[in-house]
Amino acid sequence: MSSTVKIPVPTLNKEISVSTGLFINNEFVPSVDSAEVIQCFNPATEQVIASVVAGSSKDIDVAVAAARLAFKTTWGKNVTGWERSRLMNKLADLIERDKQELAELETLNNGKPVAVARDFDIGDSIQCLRYYAGWADKITGQTIEVDNKSKMAFTRHEPIGVCGQIIPWNYPINMWAWKVAPALAVGCTIVMKPSEITPLTALKLSELVVEAGFPPGVINTVPSLGSVGGAALAAHNDVDKIAFTGSTITGRKIMEAAAKSNLKKVSLELGGKSPQLIFESADLQQAAAWAALGICYNTGQDCTAGSRIYVQDSVYDKFIDVLVSTVKETVIGDGFDNNTGGGPLISKAQFDRVWGYIDAGKAEGAKVVLGGERRNTKGYFVDPTIFTDVDSSMKIVKEEIFGPVLSIGRFKTEEEAVALANNTTYGLGAGLHSTDASQCMRVSGLLEAGTVWVNQYNILSNNVPFGGKKQSGIGRELGSYALEEYTSVKAVHWNIGEKLQWPLSF
Amino acid sequence: MPATFSHHFDTPLYNEKATIQTGLFINGVFVDGLNHSTIDVINPSTGKTITQVSEGTAKDVDRAVEAARNAFNTSWGLKVPGATRGQFLYKLATLMEESLDEIAAIESLDNGTAFGVVKGWVVPFSIGLIRYYAGWADKISGQVIETDEGRLTYTRHEPIGVVGQIIPWNAPLLMFAMKIAPALAAGNTIVIKPSELTPLSALRVCSLVQEAGFPPGVLNVVVGYGNTVGSAISSHMDIDKIAFTGSTLTGRKVMEAASKSNLKNITLELGGKSPNIIFNDADVDQAVNWACHGIFFAQGQICFAGSRIYVQSGIYDEFLAKFTARSKMHKIGDPFGADSYQGPQISSTQTERVMGYIKSGVDQGAKVHLGGQRHGEQNGNFITPTIFTNTTPDMKIVQEEIFGPVSVVIKFEDQQDVIQQANDTIYGLAAAVFTQNITQAFEVGHALKAGTVWVNCYNEVSAAVPFGGFKQSGIGREYGSYALEHYVNVKAMHINIGHKME
Repeated sequence: MSSTVKIPVPTLNKEISVSTGLFINNEFVPSVDSAEVIQCFNPATEQVIASVVAGSSKDIDVAVAAARLAFKTTWGKNVTGWERSRLMNKLADLIERDKQELAELETLNNGKPVAVARDFDIGDSIQCLRYYAGWADKITGQTIEVDNKSKMAFTRHEPIGVCGQIIPWNYPINMWAWKVAPALAVGCTIVMKPSEITPLTALKLSELVVEAGFPPGVINTVPSLGSVGGAALAAHNDVDKIAFTGSTITGRKIMEAAAKSNLKKVSLELGGKSPQLIFESADLQQAAAWAALGICYNTGQDCTAGSRIYVQDSVYDKFIDVLVSTVKETVIGDGFDNNTGGGPLISKAQFDRVWGYIDAGKAEGAKVVLGGERRNTKGYFVDPTIFTDVDSSMKIVKEEIFGPVLSIGRFKTEEEAVALANNTTYGLGAGLHSTDASQCMRVSGLLEAGTVWVNQYNILSNNVPFGGKKQSGIGRELGSYALEEYTSVKAVHWNIGEKLQWPLSF
Repeated sequence: MPATFSHHFDTPLYNEKATIQTGLFINGVFVDGLNHSTIDVINPSTGKTITQVSEGTAKDVDRAVEAARNAFNTSWGLKVPGATRGQFLYKLATLMEESLDEIAAIESLDNGTAFGVVKGWVVPFSIGLIRYYAGWADKISGQVIETDEGRLTYTRHEPIGVVGQIIPWNAPLLMFAMKIAPALAAGNTIVIKPSELTPLSALRVCSLVQEAGFPPGVLNVVVGYGNTVGSAISSHMDIDKIAFTGSTLTGRKVMEAASKSNLKNITLELGGKSPNIIFNDADVDQAVNWACHGIFFAQGQICFAGSRIYVQSGIYDEFLAKFTARSKMHKIGDPFGADSYQGPQISSTQTERVMGYIKSGVDQGAKVHLGGQRHGEQNGNFITPTIFTNTTPDMKIVQEEIFGPVSVVIKFEDQQDVIQQANDTIYGLAAAVFTQNITQAFEVGHALKAGTVWVNCYNEVSAAVPFGGFKQSGIGREYGSYALEHYVNVKAMHINIGHKME
């Protein structure tokens, strides 16, 4: 079989073992036809932590076959909702038991602060699993009155089948939970492709899947390059549905591959360029705090990062002052340092990309009021950078940067603010800050985003749906709404008393 | 008082120790009743006293309601998120699972149902109920209703408040779980009165409620009599809703008290005289097994017992012979006996009542085809499985709920006629149809006036599937998402954004 690697975790002062094979049918196995490996880096030190097997498209075939067999025999309609609930709760308990280890592994590979990984990422993931465990025995169809004398009509909400799931590197464990939980609750089986940049915690979680008692093949984990494993899943003729979180550009490819293969169901969580509107009645101190959270949390590597802010003229200067002094307090550093609020960017590629945007902002004439200076140290650290005097034609205003880079504009009227906010092909999140209740109602109604925060930003809840309008995505995650993405509705028309004459008479 | 009761079991099926607190459970602690009186809890198998427990009275209901109201305003209700309420319920379920055998033994001792049944089904099902509702706690949502852009209109599904719950003695732990779980999940606080005949399993679970960390006052248990504690709960001016399971006679009193006091919201699960209809094309052997289960399970002390068995003439003789033979196979005896199936009736009063019905059947001219007698000691509580034939629809044994192991078997010819006979009752709790013809199953099932219809089975209940009565069998539903509707108050919010009033 394949090997494990021992990874030292600093705070716990021990080594944890991580299996480096592909997780298929509850076992870690080598690739069937490839010797490729994926190197996993620590973005704070730029050092390699470990190497894992890189799955090939043939490995995807094997995993899909395992998932299909499980769906036909031990999962899908062969397992009750109560049993699915029991297993999911067990998995949540095990993650809770191991949360410190998992947090440190997450920090090593992703860079985010350990406390954040443990208490927020993993804490939310545990609650997510428990939330969906509670849904597993509550999947109901309807009985529909057609004609009581002749028909019994009803719907069954069946699991779709084998689901391919592709997740990104910004919240590895949390994105894993968001994907697997609703799929398992409804009875689907899964082939999960974690990001090739951050596969380690997905592999560790796979061990817990075995310990929890899930039948083999229900969850399979295949680390692989997007262009290999991701593409294979999207184009696979025996995958019934694909769920993808990542860039809009890759989302298009996934949807295209789905269209060209077997018209598999598609749900997408893509990019964003989410605006926050600061109205004159807002509590500016609070608005600045939420704005700071919006662009600095996870070092701006968040699909709903509040990367554009528009401030009403009358409070513009004051707000800029408060915002700059608030954001200045942000400490970007090593995730194992207790003072760190945000870690490094995930990789060299992202680092170069973000710097490309900062340089473009300067070149296009925006004004830097904070940051914008490179560090001369190891690690992909970028300090929060704020641009003002922007206009809608600038790259930094139009395109998703995915780093701690904020653009600030201004407006006079509410209409202008809404127009500026909605002037984007994206539509993932939006925030507004105002103490005028009617304004809050009006503006939240007008903003074209899947999530609108009023006097807040970026706080999600497992029972409230999340997803994009426009080119930010298709479908919803979280809440009861996510269940629909994994459910296939069958309508049954059961004839009780109707006799048919053929040919029909008119 | 308050004290603890310890019992060392020494039986073929269980021989550990069980310990229960015997006080009332108010505001998170066990306390003596203000009257300092006690109730003797009798072992229905022997007629001997198991222990005394504190007796609650109306004044104890008052202090329980006060504790519940306080908890609702501070530490429960909308003061904690649903996910937190769910976590408490999960914890309770886990603790109950860890003490499963002990709880089952206490229940079996107190109620008389065979230990094997209580351990194998009643307690696990009760734990499952609590887990099921734990999962609902963070999923109680209202609607946003699109009207026009000038307003935001939505509903909130808020907990009602302090709920009073009164439960019977036939399946004490199950009744306890099915009442408290949806109420707590939805955010209500509770004052619950277990039956004075069977308070022990509820008291055992109260210790686990403490251990699970529920805030004090969220769940309060007041053991007492119907005409004191039950009545006080029904007519209490600061209880917002009452849920009652028991006889139709008492259900009327509860509803009346609710209407005369503060018009509190009511749900009722009452009696039944459920018909079990077996057609010629049924799988007769299966129908026999289910019919036995339907009337003899738990000594026939089930509100949805299949006590009227209608058998189509083509298979009548075969069915009756096999049903009789099968019924004779039930081992009657001590609930802790190695292969006991049927235990005692709950009390001497109930036993006499059942024997009274048997006598009325004989007096009115029905034929005792099997049984009709006490089993064992003549002043004990064991009754032989009883089958009556040659009945007429107006006989008491055909019309009235007996609540014992007494069945009437009635021959029928015609589908329309049997539907009419089956529906000819003030009750409407459950019914069953045995046939291999699916069209007949749909037609008959859909025509029966009952809250639950079983096709080719009997007694099947599930935490996720609603249950309740038509007609005088009750008001409202338990189990499933439907139960939650009875524990929330819907508030509609109309928020005007842009409409000006001239």
